[in-house]
Amino acid sequence: MNDDAIHHFAIETFDLTRRFEKMVAVDHIDLRISYGEVFGLLGANGAGKSTVIKMLTTLLTPSSGSADVGGFDIIKTPDEVRRSIGYVSQLLSADGALTGYENLRLSAKLYGLSKSDRIYRIADALSFMGLTDYAHKLVKNYSGGMIRRLELAQAMLHRPAILFLDEPTIGLDPVARHMVWDRLLTLRHDYGMTILITTHDMEEAETLCDNLAIMHSGKISIVGNPAKLRAGLGENASMDDVFAYFAGGSIHESGAFREVEQTRHTARRLG
Amino acid sequence: MQRFLYESAAIVEVELLKLLRDPTEIISRAVQPLLWLMVFGQVLARTHGINTGSLSYLAFITPGILAQSVLFSSIFYGIAIIWERDLGVVHKLLVSPAMRSSLVFGKAIAAGFRGVIQTAVIYFIAFLMHVGLRLEPLIIFAVLTSVILGAGIFATFSLIIACIVKTRERFMGIGQLLTMPMFFASNAIYPLEIMPNWLRVIAQINPLTYLIDALRGLMVTGGAHIHSYTIDFSVMLMVFVILLFIAVKLYPTLAE
Repeated sequence: MNDDAIHHFAIETFDLTRRFEKMVAVDHIDLRISYGEVFGLLGANGAGKSTVIKMLTTLLTPSSGSADVGGFDIIKTPDEVRRSIGYVSQLLSADGALTGYENLRLSAKLYGLSKSDRIYRIADALSFMGLTDYAHKLVKNYSGGMIRRLELAQAMLHRPAILFLDEPTIGLDPVARHMVWDRLLTLRHDYGMTILITTHDMEEAETLCDNLAIMHSGKISIVGNPAKLRAGLGENASMDDVFAYFAGGSIHESGAFREVEQTRHTARRLG
Repeated sequence: MQRFLYESAAIVEVELLKLLRDPTEIISRAVQPLLWLMVFGQVLARTHGINTGSLSYLAFITPGILAQSVLFSSIFYGIAIIWERDLGVVHKLLVSPAMRSSLVFGKAIAAGFRGVIQTAVIYFIAFLMHVGLRLEPLIIFAVLTSVILGAGIFATFSLIIACIVKTRERFMGIGQLLTMPMFFASNAIYPLEIMPNWLRVIAQINPLTYLIDALRGLMVTGGAHIHSYTIDFSVMLMVFVILLFIAVKLYPTLAE
């Protein structure tokens, strides 16, 4: 564990690399994300964003390099990392056959919350996400925005220091998307959570992120503040221009089959 | 240990809630044993083609059909695991600090409880068909323990296959390939003694044989078992532990 990381960085990667046979999905990346920061990870489908998140959340072992998350080494102390983080997957992971309350109760139990903490925190999370009235309804009857808010509630139940969100607003309508943004910004403000978010949505990146990194072919092309990145490209440059310039092409043209399939699958479930 | 049991119980609880909310699977699973007992069992009993000693053929195959029912439903449990992977549920479970062993054990025991419902269905059918059943509470408890253990074995085996093949299409093919040979290479519908030697050797290493053997001794009046209960339960427990160990190693690969 790096001592500096404890004091300054919620997430720090050191030459983090992941290969799948001959393909290098993540290629020696070095990232530093401060505590309390909302950090965006952008890139075309297949750029390596989800692979980075999987490694940082201990779902995938790096081929080489390492990373500290919340001050814990992802390889040597994965259990401590898991206790420090919350995660909302790109897929809709809330169980539709259970009620919102039952989904939250399962998370609370798996995170080892005591019964008294469990009752209080579930009520708090439901209220915070505006789901109290729907707590005992089956999740399969929720709207897409409600499912996302429920998943955020599940991810924040144990009050993690760091929240990982893999394309959290994909497939949501503008109203639901803005409601999720609002909750994320409140989470950061009220709980001081560090948030790492991957997105394709340039408006989302600009609205939420203090800083962002754009990935291309497994490497970090650029890191910086959204406004500065735009300014660096030209007076009238938009975030779309920044993305197209640093992500190595058009927003819509690229993508690995599996990621596109997952994205469409999520969009289908959201209706 | 307390944490392991607590987390496993949390998994079992949600699996049972889901099962009780949508009992279509239980109902559809009841049809097959009904056919085996009412059609296959009754027809073959009339032929007197298989020597089952003092036990009627219907009584002989009742434990076999229960074990078959447990096998057929548990061996496809992996489909649900692959479905959970596709939905991102597996990712969410694996990002939590819960022990991997408790996640896998919880799934296996949940499959076991499905077997309990199948047991009730088969007891009911067998009772209607005048099969002599042993109804002492301790015996029923032992039957349920065997069923939970057997279902846990096949569900964990199924989970391992799911971790290897990772897609529903491939899994279906392999599942179909495994179930019938496992069933026929066991003492479910005929005794080991009438099998050719090569098949008897396979049956002796088939965990289904030990489940049926225990059930045959416990479940029906006058049922004879080849091995002692100690051997039956020891073999099943050993297989379960080995499979759990492999499944715990492989389960995290589902999220990669």
